[in-house]
Amino acid sequence: MTRMTQIVYLDHNATSPVRAGVVDAVADALTVSGNASSVHQAGRQARQLVDQARDHVARLVGVSPAEIVFTSGGTEANNLVLRGVDVDHILVSTVEHPSVLEAADNIEQIPVDKNGLVDLAILEARLSELDGRILVSVMQANNETGVIEPIAEIVQIAKKYDALVHTDAIQALGKIAVERDALGVDFISLSSHKIGGPQGVGALVINEEVPLRALNRGGGQERNRRGGTENVPGIVGFGAAAEQAAEELSQAVEIEALRDQLEAAIKSIAPGTVIHGENVDRLPNTTCLSMPNVVSETQVMKFDLAGFMISAGAACSSGKVQASHVLLAMGVEDEEASTAIRISLGHTNNASDVEAFVEQWREMYARANRDALKGAA
Amino acid sequence: MNEVIKKRQPIYLDNHATTPTDPRVVEAMLPYFTEKFGNPHSGSHYYGWEAAEAVEVARAQVAAAIGAAPEEIYFTSGATEANNLALKGVTRFYRDKKNHIITCVSEHPCILDSALDLESEGTDFTYLTVGSDGLIDINDLKAAITEDTLLVSIMTVQNEIGTIQPMAEIGALCHEHKVYLHTDAAQALGKIPLDVKAMNIDLMSLTGHKAYGPMGCGALYVTNKPKARLKPLFSGGGQEKGIRPGTLPAPLCVGLGKACELAQAEVVQESEVLRGMRDGLLSALTDALSGLHINGGMDARVAGNLNISVENVDAESLMAALPDLAFSTGSACSSASAVSSYVLNAIGLPGELAESSLRIGLGRFTTAEEVDYAAMRLIEEINNIRENRQVLSGDAAE
Repeated sequence: MTRMTQIVYLDHNATSPVRAGVVDAVADALTVSGNASSVHQAGRQARQLVDQARDHVARLVGVSPAEIVFTSGGTEANNLVLRGVDVDHILVSTVEHPSVLEAADNIEQIPVDKNGLVDLAILEARLSELDGRILVSVMQANNETGVIEPIAEIVQIAKKYDALVHTDAIQALGKIAVERDALGVDFISLSSHKIGGPQGVGALVINEEVPLRALNRGGGQERNRRGGTENVPGIVGFGAAAEQAAEELSQAVEIEALRDQLEAAIKSIAPGTVIHGENVDRLPNTTCLSMPNVVSETQVMKFDLAGFMISAGAACSSGKVQASHVLLAMGVEDEEASTAIRISLGHTNNASDVEAFVEQWREMYARANRDALKGAA
Repeated sequence: MNEVIKKRQPIYLDNHATTPTDPRVVEAMLPYFTEKFGNPHSGSHYYGWEAAEAVEVARAQVAAAIGAAPEEIYFTSGATEANNLALKGVTRFYRDKKNHIITCVSEHPCILDSALDLESEGTDFTYLTVGSDGLIDINDLKAAITEDTLLVSIMTVQNEIGTIQPMAEIGALCHEHKVYLHTDAAQALGKIPLDVKAMNIDLMSLTGHKAYGPMGCGALYVTNKPKARLKPLFSGGGQEKGIRPGTLPAPLCVGLGKACELAQAEVVQESEVLRGMRDGLLSALTDALSGLHINGGMDARVAGNLNISVENVDAESLMAALPDLAFSTGSACSSASAVSSYVLNAIGLPGELAESSLRIGLGRFTTAEEVDYAAMRLIEEINNIRENRQVLSGDAAE
């Protein structure tokens, strides 16, 4: 396949292009022929690489290396904690990723308000009503809207009832600070490919005092918490991406300026445009907005033809044509939810990307509304 | 380059633990880290389609290497996950109907540990023993199958002693009794030709990094005819038809696919070369040294494997004396702990000989010069250790 159109990639929340330094680190690690569990020199070399990467990931979230369990990605990390911790009840928000929503039978969903924030009063009421051990799982930032949940407050409430708290920080990592001690949580899920590392690797930050049942047994790797030969090049790439992400966190301000510029330009074209979660704290790179009269699928297809890579929601479900469960949970009407698209910026973008996108948006909007007017007449 | 990688490499003779990634595999993978970086599940744009197409090409390559259809292949993070998924998935799906599983004492820990998990959930297990040749007795299997038997799980190639089970025969017996057959073929891919239909296999676990592909990627084959059903190990965005959710790592899938293509094309010729080198190494050792024991039968054994016990030589000391050779004293995952091999115990090897055992795995990139050097150094250090031991015991006697 070849493609001549200028490509503008605005789908960093689906996956973020692997950073140049990371590719080199992965390519080098692919040449190391050692199993990290082998005791000979080649094995020890692989082990050292894994340990270095573990340090980088641990440092990024302010934990000790022993608290990092490497997994095959965010989905596995979410499942590992939700299925692996022995609790009677799990309380999650309605806007969680499917890997959290569907992980167990004893999951109860706590609603969010129109801004996408979890209802703390209902959460506290359920915590006080339920007997037994409870795990609360709320994502730090939503993958579709970018809305940032009040994790520290959630932890404060949860701790009153001795509940454990997990946060899926997969979309937050690298975009805002993810610091375990500031958040106060017991468990954090992380994924490499959302921060410019390779796909196929993630991590769960654990509380070593809480027993965790492994999903994958065998071989005893990751201190019996995750059996299977360590994905050495993948882990090395995750470590390298974590190191860069830590250094570049300060650049989030620039990404945020681009995002704000994009939103302001679109609002000046169509003042009535709804930006989901606009009134609360959001990730600096994400905007989720509805264009009246054009369904999401049509928008993403037309943008794609014009060379702009965006999405109509989460990547995993974007193959299906259905309104986002996140927007519906926020009380967004079907009509509005089915015309929403997500633009997520990242380390590859600059001001001209945003300007070009806005121009394309303006054109599509003008045509749609002309057609709509014609239809009305 | 990372300082750790720059150090000089010893001769690599541990191809059962992991294999070097074939440069042709690396070459195939690299573009999917850089310009073709898309999320294969991004259905809304070109980058997603490009990655998805690459994943499907890889799926077809994996399928072709084992005689399966592409839609029978589910990507996983490796063989451990594939084995956990096969055993737990099938059992948890069907356990209301049938709840007995037959496996073998010399299976990989991820099968045996999965069995423990399932036993704690109420599933019955029968563990077949193996003979000194490392193989099960088909009559034992016949006797163990009951009305309640759901699944038999026997590995195709043993990871420590390289022995090859008679899968076609095992499979025929299973199918006669309407029992599913799963096999852990992690050590078989690229070592022997594989054909799930001819071998009567319903589920097969594969991994990339034992066949010159990448770590972190494997696959589970699940037969469509008759369809075997399984419950996923985890939930998520519905990828892999809901059987194995999570973003598929496109570069790793591409690497596994390429590795399978190479394995299929090169397995026969490569095995011949390896068999020549392995047999040469063995005769060099037996010519020069007394008190060697070959562990497991030599007839049904993969070409690159040699597992021997050296009388009066502690394997750990030998390994310490040979930093220029990378081999192992057991399987990689258990070798960090000082427990002697349960596999060698299972074939009836006395404890002392088990602690004197070496596993040597020759591979695609092993050269004849390396094998000659390894033989020379092994003989040298084995003689040294034996002489020192005699001197020490002589001193003690005085």
